[in-house]
Amino acid sequence: MDEQSIASLINYGGFAVLVVLTFFIGSVIERRHFRRIIKREKEVRDIMVFAIRRAPTDLVLSQPKLVCGNAVISVDYFKTFAAGLRGIIGGRIGSYESLFERARREAMLRMKIEARRHGGNIVLNVKFETTRIYSGGGRGAISVEALAYGTAYSRSDDGAQIH
Amino acid sequence: MFDFDRLGLSEALKYLGRARNMIISNMEEVPGRRVVQHLGVVQGSTVKAKNVFRDIGASLKNLVGGELKSYTDLINESRREAMDRMGQEAEALGANAILNVRFSTSTITQGAAELLAYGTAVIVEEQADG
Repeated sequence: MDEQSIASLINYGGFAVLVVLTFFIGSVIERRHFRRIIKREKEVRDIMVFAIRRAPTDLVLSQPKLVCGNAVISVDYFKTFAAGLRGIIGGRIGSYESLFERARREAMLRMKIEARRHGGNIVLNVKFETTRIYSGGGRGAISVEALAYGTAYSRSDDGAQIH
Repeated sequence: MFDFDRLGLSEALKYLGRARNMIISNMEEVPGRRVVQHLGVVQGSTVKAKNVFRDIGASLKNLVGGELKSYTDLINESRREAMDRMGQEAEALGANAILNVRFSTSTITQGAAELLAYGTAVIVEEQADG
């Protein structure tokens, strides 16, 4: 091998190692995050969430309280690379879909936890918002912020009051 | 959030107490109460820049993926600040509720974002028939 091919091996070799390494680490982190989300979602399953604008008239509700939850999630290097490839031929970018799902479910979960902390057990008029966050000095790395917010009430048929 | 030196402690506590009683909701009405007066749109916003040192950790996280906890907290904190400012504006108008609250976020440059909260300041009162 001549000098130039060794140099390019070092150049692209480092890149390949980074892609492979972040693929494994990134997918482990993602799997663990999803497991954690599923576990915590079970804990707050009793809090009902609706995307309706008006409170049903047959419910006796407490004073309202605005609750929100947010999460900033970043993709790993492999996914940025894979999405770049996908950008050439077009189509569904599965790796980014899971990013949004993670962020949104986490945000919703935190909103429910906040509702429970204030004694609420029903959240109405839930809205979602997603924003792209520039992080880590650019370099095309993507992170998104998901925000979930709604109005929490306590249904007073079980006597509880929101605080 | 409050200028305690200017207000004096007792007045500031009264202010905080009243702010806590403010009904904030993203719905158009409050169950069991009716709107007696509309006072117009109130808003509060903050523009926040991130910390360079926090960003070092974030750029590592950008390699392996996952939650950027420092960013989550920063944005959350700033949004509450925006909501506080909105509450103060409504307070100044003499409102006791802010309805139809919405949030909006815009990233201005690479290191800064604006967080906005807005809603309609109203006066609500207990419905006679309940």
